[in-house]
Amino acid sequence: MNAPRTYGTNPHPPAGRLFIVEGIDGSGKSTQLTLLAQWLKGEGYPVVFSEWNSSVIVKVTTSRGKRRRLLTPLTFSLIHATDFSDRVEREIMPSLKAGAIVLADRYVYTAFARDVVRGLDPSWVRSLYRFAVTPTMAFYFRVPHEIALRRILSGRPKLKWYEAGMDLALHADPRESYRIFQSRILIEYEKLVQEYGLVVIDAAQPVEVQQRLMREAIRPHLPALGGEPIVHERA
Amino acid sequence: MNGHESYGIRIPGVDPGELTGWLIVIEGTDGVGRTTQVNLLRTHLERLGYAVAETGINRSDLASRGIRRAKEGNTLGSNAFNLFYATDFADQLENQIVPALRSGFVLITDRYFYSLVARAIVRGADPDWIRRVFSFSLKPDAVFYLRIEVPDLVPRMLLDGGFDYWESGMDLPMGEDLYESFIHYQKRVIEELDVLAGENHFRTIDATRPIEDISAELCRDVSAILTAGRHSGDRWLAQP
Repeated sequence: MNAPRTYGTNPHPPAGRLFIVEGIDGSGKSTQLTLLAQWLKGEGYPVVFSEWNSSVIVKVTTSRGKRRRLLTPLTFSLIHATDFSDRVEREIMPSLKAGAIVLADRYVYTAFARDVVRGLDPSWVRSLYRFAVTPTMAFYFRVPHEIALRRILSGRPKLKWYEAGMDLALHADPRESYRIFQSRILIEYEKLVQEYGLVVIDAAQPVEVQQRLMREAIRPHLPALGGEPIVHERA
Repeated sequence: MNGHESYGIRIPGVDPGELTGWLIVIEGTDGVGRTTQVNLLRTHLERLGYAVAETGINRSDLASRGIRRAKEGNTLGSNAFNLFYATDFADQLENQIVPALRSGFVLITDRYFYSLVARAIVRGADPDWIRRVFSFSLKPDAVFYLRIEVPDLVPRMLLDGGFDYWESGMDLPMGEDLYESFIHYQKRVIEELDVLAGENHFRTIDATRPIEDISAELCRDVSAILTAGRHSGDRWLAQP
């Protein structure tokens, strides 16, 4: 078997479709994905959600590592790959094989951006995720980090340690650290847009405008509807 | 040689030149007597005046509990298990091995990432991919591979309290029962360790030899490595 050695060469099985959203926190990508799911369900498609960092078994370790600040750039990277791998094997692939529309909130590009900013070798991080299926379409919600920061701080009292990049000792003030860290992530995302052809959505536009653009982009990739849904959405 | 280089990628925050200690690996499947040899070697080196630390795989503060939980339920995907082990190993490398090497210790490790690569390949991981995943690992000063054939291993396992579910590859499984699966699984693990032994210049030791003989060889070889000098100019510890 001639196995692909890096991410991007493992196509998804034909039955289902995989749409993913990327962007920094506060870019509004989760809102857009939720609206997309509503629409798809309304059209009669079986929809399955998969969220970054949500494998039940791995999450316990990740949360503990974050809470106790045990994670280094290397273990931060590996534990997220572990989580993702578990979801690919037990959630994403089976659902795609069964013909579902899988919607993923963050995908491998999140790791590509964050881990590289944390100092890891870009080609190593890509090979780590070699097993991942390539999405049918990947959306990147482009937003200036000042807007993202405002959105985040309006919903939550404090920035989290790793989210603000405090582990990198960029700045003693979490807000400043966040600013520096996220601006570096934005630079990585722009590289990924080029490298993987992510579909860019201007996230400063009104929500409904962004949603309309997403639906228009996705529609040609949807399978023909017919018969009963193969998979029912999980609770 | 200047410090400890990795097999591929640099670990962020770790300067290889600072790692002036020695990294000694004892490899081999279960039941070959690794623990006994590690203890004898440690005593010998401490008698010579070296500061010695030891570690083993799957003992990290971060992930070993999570792995144990996942094993109990057998609920984690197979590839996720490979990466979970890599996480666990990375945590140990950064928190036990690197600090010991920075402090100029002799770090003896009871197995190294080679065992994890072997178990992953036997479970279907792509050999190139899993090697690449572990390429953050530091190159050791020496790897002593306690090698045994499966027929010699069986009586030892029986004396040791029987066959372990995972060490028998029963998650795969590779045979009708624990015994059958153990035979096939261990045979495959040894095959993969043999490949790694060739690639990485392991010093292979026949593990069926008497304990004292093996220990004498180990102590002699490791002493020779240490006498040859440190990795960098930092020689604050007197040579014996």
